[in-house]
Amino acid sequence: MSTTLLELKNITKTFPGVKALDKVNLKVEEGEIHALVGENGAGKSTLMKVLSGIHPYGSYKGDIVYKGEHCKFTKIADSEKKGIVIIHQELALIPYLSIGENMFLGNERGKKYAIDWDETFNLADKYLKQVGLRESSKTLVKDIGVGKMQLVEIAKALAKNAKLLILDEPTSSLNERESKALLDLLLKFKKEGMTSIIISHKLNEISYVADQITIIRDGQTIETLNKATDDISEARIIRGMVGREITDRFPKREHKEIGDIMMEVKHWNVYHPIFMEKKVVNNVSFNVRKGEVLGIAGLMGAGRTELAMSIFGKSYGTKISGKIKLNGKEVVMNTVRDAINNGLAYVTEDRKGNGLILINSTKMNTTLANLKGISSKRGVIDGDKEYLVANDYRKELRIKCPTVEVNVANLSGGNQQKVLLSKWMFAAPDILILDEPTRGIDVGAKYEIYCIINQLVEMGKSVIMISSELPEVLGMADRIYVMNEGQIVGELDAAEATQESIMECIVGSLNKEAK
Amino acid sequence: MDKVKEIFKKYTMVLVLLLVIIIFTIGTNGRMLLPANINNLIAQNAYVFVLATGMLLCILTGGNIDLSVGSVVCFVGAVGGTMMVNAKLPIWIAMAAMIVVGLLIGAWQGFWIAYMKIPPFITTLAGMLVFRGLANVILNGLTLAPMPAAYLNLFNSYIPDFFHMEGFNLTCMLFGLIVAIVSSILSIRGRAVKISKGYQVESFSSMIVRIVIIDVAILAFMFKLSQYKGIPVVLLWVAVVIMIYHYITSKTTIGRHFYAVGGNEKAAALSGVDTKKVYFTAYINMAFLAAIAGMITIARLNSANPTAGTNYEMDAIGSCFIGGASAYGGIGTVPGVIVGAILMGVINLGMNIMGVDANYQKVVKGLVLLAAVIFDIVTKKKKA
Repeated sequence: MSTTLLELKNITKTFPGVKALDKVNLKVEEGEIHALVGENGAGKSTLMKVLSGIHPYGSYKGDIVYKGEHCKFTKIADSEKKGIVIIHQELALIPYLSIGENMFLGNERGKKYAIDWDETFNLADKYLKQVGLRESSKTLVKDIGVGKMQLVEIAKALAKNAKLLILDEPTSSLNERESKALLDLLLKFKKEGMTSIIISHKLNEISYVADQITIIRDGQTIETLNKATDDISEARIIRGMVGREITDRFPKREHKEIGDIMMEVKHWNVYHPIFMEKKVVNNVSFNVRKGEVLGIAGLMGAGRTELAMSIFGKSYGTKISGKIKLNGKEVVMNTVRDAINNGLAYVTEDRKGNGLILINSTKMNTTLANLKGISSKRGVIDGDKEYLVANDYRKELRIKCPTVEVNVANLSGGNQQKVLLSKWMFAAPDILILDEPTRGIDVGAKYEIYCIINQLVEMGKSVIMISSELPEVLGMADRIYVMNEGQIVGELDAAEATQESIMECIVGSLNKEAK
Repeated sequence: MDKVKEIFKKYTMVLVLLLVIIIFTIGTNGRMLLPANINNLIAQNAYVFVLATGMLLCILTGGNIDLSVGSVVCFVGAVGGTMMVNAKLPIWIAMAAMIVVGLLIGAWQGFWIAYMKIPPFITTLAGMLVFRGLANVILNGLTLAPMPAAYLNLFNSYIPDFFHMEGFNLTCMLFGLIVAIVSSILSIRGRAVKISKGYQVESFSSMIVRIVIIDVAILAFMFKLSQYKGIPVVLLWVAVVIMIYHYITSKTTIGRHFYAVGGNEKAAALSGVDTKKVYFTAYINMAFLAAIAGMITIARLNSANPTAGTNYEMDAIGSCFIGGASAYGGIGTVPGVIVGAILMGVINLGMNIMGVDANYQKVVKGLVLLAAVIFDIVTKKKKA
């Protein structure tokens, strides 16, 4: 029997208004590869942030026991000192520094006021050899590909004397060959005694490397499966991941009247704005009808947001190609203004970052996308009309704020989301693209937002709903596209679709690729 | 209690200004409030009001500043001075040329900043050197003087008095009275219109208090000017600029775009705001106002000289931050900036009258600026 290296006991972490983790337990044996799986928002990343000290001791409840010792990490450096190193999904490398400089950033060799560059690059080369990366440590990070960057991250972790390696979606941006190499590297480390925790959506990879699998759902530990004793087939894991039943959390639509095709997108391709050789959206074709709620399901990073934003006036990506037809007529939309004028609206997933102006009032946020609607031809704003418009939406959408003059920063997440929706409703679009419209808001507000969506389609508008929550997609959409790795990998009728069939579309496409 | 706190918060800088005026009045044994000194406050700081208004728009876009304005003032002044003094061209041609030069400079800097994404700090730092240098080239390093009398009349003279009273300019006082009455009526009528449409309004008593304070300030100010030479023409220039820009920032869609870009550029862009155009407008407008300030400056100095406008950018930037503009952009108003500019002007004037050493004056001004920004950031942190 091997010894327990790490034990997380009853970890509970709440954010304002949300319980992200609810008495989560996790036990990792020394020298194993432990996989952590769950849907987006299940709490995997939060748990790892607790473990690594990003969420400091005191901000959560529960115990971290590492090597039999109770740990109270208050910052990342604390956990790294113990040999717990986390590699995040978003690579944290600085493009214009060399591999060696990146590897020893914050962990510099030599004296405090005199870095020993010879030792730095020597050691860097040694670790690079260990991870099987044939690059000079003096190469700038910007000149190597994403796959190699992942290896640099691992080498960087080794340089920190890692005993427990945590990898958050390490293969999400790698191709199959690179992924395989990375997984084999983990198996090699395991033989050398390294313990790893891997978070991944790619269940075939997990079956390949993991010794134990812990499934997290809605912030709770559901079960831990052991490779030796339990069934760890993909179907079994999926059952654990999506296990909850759908109840009537979704309002029914009274009159369903789906009309002609409103928008048709054909052969849409988008490349990454910085890594310009990376294709983010790959030959996507889809359509949405009048009065239809179209769901786009998929895992985080599947390219859904990128697809939506690139359609919305090319606000994301480069080298965009493809055709868009609105009501049968081909249109070109080069700016956001074009898109708005053509009746499109995009309600962002990143409410605070891309959606609202937090230092401004509810009123100013409501009217921003359609200032023409409250001003004269010469561009003079009618302040009274603006107040009236904002106040009408406040009443209609039941936005809880004392007056519309209050800063949106002071509203709760659900109410902020409603302000964001009212902004785009006031722009009077025909097609609304809602990107994760209920992310991070409570169940009551979710229900109200679903009601608004139903109202919109009953008015004859089209709604494209991007969501990572499968029950939500199944409950709201009339038709569902499943996206993965920039491609549409399935089109399902909502009446026949199940959570399992959606997940199978995703997993199926991944397996196809792996073979 | 909450109400008092709210008023205190909203009018902090006005209260600070009052306090500073009182301190200097005591410190100078009342000389601070002599009519001639009140008049000087306007004449000496006219350029600050104009430049600070333009600087506000730059700062609104995200805390960006324009370091070149002092040099642009000098360069534009040099162009105008050369045309009027050396070439003896009519003043209106010279003034038109100064405006055009200002717009060209603004278009040049705005292009790099807005469309090529060159950081404003770098672009305008370059402009600061380039235009100072060019001004010296045009002037050959010499001072051009004097300006034509007709030109000086446009800025340095006073509105003539129609009543010819001894020692008191009744026209000026009557003008003040009219302004006070009109502004009061507009306030009351605006409230009435709002009530008739069923909108939320401030309480009647708080409005009356506000009107009374504003009217008293206007009348006291005009009374002082009446005891001197009446309304300085340059005050009209400044007032027109302030009113136009207050209107633009508070009432128009263009103004709203500035606040949106500074508040959250990504959200603004995704709402269909042309963010590049906003940056471009900010910088072309800044240079336009710098040209106006250049006109005021050569009139005030009665010469175009190679060192004119030195450190003007600092006065403008300082006024904005003291007047409550956020160093991160998206927050700030024209009236606030004007209060900031007056505060700086009062501190300058007061210290001059008290005979404070020029070097210490710099120390005081620097500390006031720092204190204002610390105050801004600390209060915001508390809110968050």
